[in-house]
Amino acid sequence: MNSTLTANRDSGGAWIMGVLFALGSIVSLLWMAKAASPELAFHAFLFFAFFTLGCFVLVKRHYDMAESPAVPVTGDDVGYMDGVIRAGAIASTFWGVVGFIVGLVIALQLAFPVLNFDLPWTNFGRLRPLHTSAVIFAFGGNVLIMTSFHVVQRTCKARLAGGLAPWFVFWGYQLFIVLAATGYVLGITQSKEYAEPEWYVDLWLTIVWVAYLLVFLGTLWKRREPHIYVANWFYLAFIITIAMLHIVNNLSLPVSLTGAKSYSAFSGVQDALTQWWYGHNAVGFFLTAGFLAIMYYYIPKRAERPVYSYRLSIIHFWSLIFLYIWAGPHHLHYTALPDWAQTLGMTFSIMLWMPSWGGMINGLMTLSGAWDKLRTDPVLRMLVTSVAFYGMSTFEGPVMSIKAVNGLSHYTDWTIGHVHSGALGWVGMVSFGALYCVVPIMWNRERLYSLRLVGWHFWISTIGIVLYITSMWVSGILQGLMWRAYDSLGFLEYSFVETVEAMHPFYVIRALGGAVFVAGSLVMAYNLYRTMRGDLRDEAPFVGAPVRAPQAAVAAGE
Amino acid sequence: MAHNVEKDDVTGIETTGHEWDGIKELNNPLPRWWLWTFYACIIWAVGYWVVYPTWPLISSHTKGMIGYSSRQDVVDKIAEAKAAQAQYLDRIEVASLADIRADTELLNFSLAGGKSAFAVNCSQCHGQGAQGFVGYPNLNDDDWIWGGTPEEISATIHYGIRSAHDDTRYSVMPAFGKDGLLERQQINQVVEYVLKISGQEHDEATASEGQTVFAEQCSSCHGDTGQGLHDLGAPRLSDAIWLYGGDRQALRETVTNARFGVMPDWTNRLDEATIKQLAIYVHSLGGGE
Repeated sequence: MNSTLTANRDSGGAWIMGVLFALGSIVSLLWMAKAASPELAFHAFLFFAFFTLGCFVLVKRHYDMAESPAVPVTGDDVGYMDGVIRAGAIASTFWGVVGFIVGLVIALQLAFPVLNFDLPWTNFGRLRPLHTSAVIFAFGGNVLIMTSFHVVQRTCKARLAGGLAPWFVFWGYQLFIVLAATGYVLGITQSKEYAEPEWYVDLWLTIVWVAYLLVFLGTLWKRREPHIYVANWFYLAFIITIAMLHIVNNLSLPVSLTGAKSYSAFSGVQDALTQWWYGHNAVGFFLTAGFLAIMYYYIPKRAERPVYSYRLSIIHFWSLIFLYIWAGPHHLHYTALPDWAQTLGMTFSIMLWMPSWGGMINGLMTLSGAWDKLRTDPVLRMLVTSVAFYGMSTFEGPVMSIKAVNGLSHYTDWTIGHVHSGALGWVGMVSFGALYCVVPIMWNRERLYSLRLVGWHFWISTIGIVLYITSMWVSGILQGLMWRAYDSLGFLEYSFVETVEAMHPFYVIRALGGAVFVAGSLVMAYNLYRTMRGDLRDEAPFVGAPVRAPQAAVAAGE
Repeated sequence: MAHNVEKDDVTGIETTGHEWDGIKELNNPLPRWWLWTFYACIIWAVGYWVVYPTWPLISSHTKGMIGYSSRQDVVDKIAEAKAAQAQYLDRIEVASLADIRADTELLNFSLAGGKSAFAVNCSQCHGQGAQGFVGYPNLNDDDWIWGGTPEEISATIHYGIRSAHDDTRYSVMPAFGKDGLLERQQINQVVEYVLKISGQEHDEATASEGQTVFAEQCSSCHGDTGQGLHDLGAPRLSDAIWLYGGDRQALRETVTNARFGVMPDWTNRLDEATIKQLAIYVHSLGGGE
């Protein structure tokens, strides 16, 4: 009964969506004809292709539905919408590997500049945003959307709201990624770090993101549980705050509706502050709150243990939300930003230390009574290690926000090392762990193709991360000390180019660490692919592993 | 909500009675050390707000107890650094280059200051060791295009080469090939002659024909024997030191299309004392005249 209702509602939304898509393809065709540059015409074509393909899919679906309208009811007596999660798992893996490889390329470019090839499209300046956007928004974003769709359904015992809207969110988001990525390579950028896409891509992302918010809220609304689980608080905070940050930081005026270029509504130090209010909270709400949500579901689930402290989760959630939003100015220490704003940014960063660690405590202490599983379950080991990296970088962050430390660390590779201990260690590892949990459930497999390969992935990644962050610490501190070195008569000791020269060996080590990390992600992609195909590797279990019902089957509600 | 409360077998802690998809929550209190560290951070932050400028007001902001300002801090630190060097700089500013070089204390100070200023301003083109690159002269040798006395070096730094300054050092060598002043054959001949006077392998017959061309076209600037002329900025050709390369092909390119290197004038970018230190430093590199 429930499932038939759902199916009917799906098809009602499909008609509206079909009309909007038809309109969209006409508008984008006209836009393509009027576009002021071939690059923009190409983007208009991508919009056109998206809407037109969307129309075909909707029509095909209409006829398919006429034959079998019912949505199959799966676990918990709810017709969960799992197709979009499967798509999300594939997209996450794909963009992850792409993003890591581009990162490796630019790491090699820094070590060996000849690899820029003297071409505009392969220049470091264009590939760097390609890397950051690919790993943060394409990989991280897909992991967040995919896991949020999984977690919100399971913890609310409700099918995703909005009929086809989740599919629109998924494909709309992929279009955003392709527009952003091709734009960078072709030279379309508004030059705001982590917010490089131009006005029309921003508008598109706003539409997609609001749809995402509505799907998420609608599912919470429909829930068949009395309370909202803590993971969902974090997801909701992430979705709402990112919407706010994205809209405000991208306020701009296009030069023309048929041109790609726009000018920011802010200028000077106001622009810088808005940018870092955005930039730091992208870290706070995208890369922290969102991934804490992942941690809050998959760690207790995988460890089969209760969450350590409900009270801690409430206190650290609200203190994190309240304090994070102030911390952005620490990116602008000793700049034109007024002193009072710098003070606020620094002190709120310090106060943020414990709220950040609340998540680490809840993650690690949830293991009490199940620490032995770290020996036998490399997926859990990966999740727990990610929390350890989270703890490390959320301590390092406040330390680096102190003005005296920042005076040394700012503009050096130390910052890059810090970011990557969070990005590779925390975001990367927790995402890998979540993917290893989700894929067997979503493809209804008894277990992963190979746990041994997960063990390999764990060690390979860890070695890569350690090479990366230690080389950047040494390089960054060396760089900072060389910049400020004076001789006995008060003259600068080094020229800038000497400091660049001194970085070279560390850049090579960093690239090596990156290559190792990429190798690990390829191992994961292979393992997930074989799992999706339904293969099981014949392998010895980890020492001490008790034979028990596979987690996957339980979670799928079989 | 509380009716499902149960005790966790492993830890003996009560749960909150909630359950989602099999996940329960323990009702553990906030860890003490966590809470007290959090309080300590907040107290420290409040203390910092009292001492330093912090909260925005309508038209100003709270100034803090010690009246700190990062801009004033920079101004003070720069003044302090200047004051520490003043005993030398004040004297360097008024002294002549010869007087500075005669005073050991000032000479040592100038060499250190010149080295530092060179690293920041000059090394991009001339190289960290002043070794030069193709098109950018090596400053370690004794082959000077515009002269290698401290005064001449100082003039080059002040006014630059083919720069925007009115007094810039300026020389133009004709593009003999491009502008049709010499036939291709004559160019080959003169190139062969230049190879000869710079002591390189050459074709004797062609070189002797080139000698005539050289005498007519080149010697007025480069000198009868290719010894060069500082006053005109004409490089010496009778040695093994080359700005754009001294092999057959590079020379042919130079004679055909000429070269037009530039150096900025530093008059308005660096203060007088710094330029003096630079001149003395560059002069000391090995080839000073």
